[in-house]
Amino acid sequence: MISFITSDTIDAQALLASVGSAEDGAVLLFLGIVRRENDGRAVNGMRYDAYVEMAEPVLQQIATEAAQIAESDRIAVVHRIGELEIGAVSVAIAVSSAHRAQAYDASRYIIEQIKERLPVWKHEHYIEGDSAWLAGVTPSASPSTSGRND
Amino acid sequence: MRIKLLLFALYRDITGVGEMDIDLADGLSAGGAVAALRSSDVRFAALPARPVVAVNREYAELDALLSEGDELALLPPVAGG
Repeated sequence: MISFITSDTIDAQALLASVGSAEDGAVLLFLGIVRRENDGRAVNGMRYDAYVEMAEPVLQQIATEAAQIAESDRIAVVHRIGELEIGAVSVAIAVSSAHRAQAYDASRYIIEQIKERLPVWKHEHYIEGDSAWLAGVTPSASPSTSGRND
Repeated sequence: MRIKLLLFALYRDITGVGEMDIDLADGLSAGGAVAALRSSDVRFAALPARPVVAVNREYAELDALLSEGDELALLPPVAGG
């Protein structure tokens, strides 16, 4: 299992290559991408901030929970922070498991939990020159008991 | 007691503070610390009364009691992904 926060460009191919085994019939890669538009406004970039010292253990915990869904520990998840351009990969999730259903469920679980509880924030830069923090989700104080929605 | 206070994203912007050591009365809760900050320092007055908090890098309830050397983080709603 691999999970970390990075300010470097995410190498999705390397992440994909880090999972998978002869036991597995399904390998899934999810990429989150910085979009050109949000809520009707043209975006020309994004800055991600994080509480890195907390985000890394939270991300590891999410991956550990997803491993139970996938019935596989062959999971890799990376979240990027810092300044990102349009089209850049902000998050990458690779899951390898025996069957596709568990791989899809585990991958979906990871991205939904990232949005629900990873201490990361987006500062959007608009083409008009202004910028704003995106409205987010209020995490529960005990996400491990309330976060599951599958 | 002395604790380390951390603010992120919007909360850092509206207060102008990212990190500072603060002295608080012993036995205060995380919520008590927020209330003390909001009433004693004009920079913190614009913070919400009940923000999400983390104590020592884990989400915590506002009634969680603080101890000497704790790290208290005030977290705006999260927006990863």
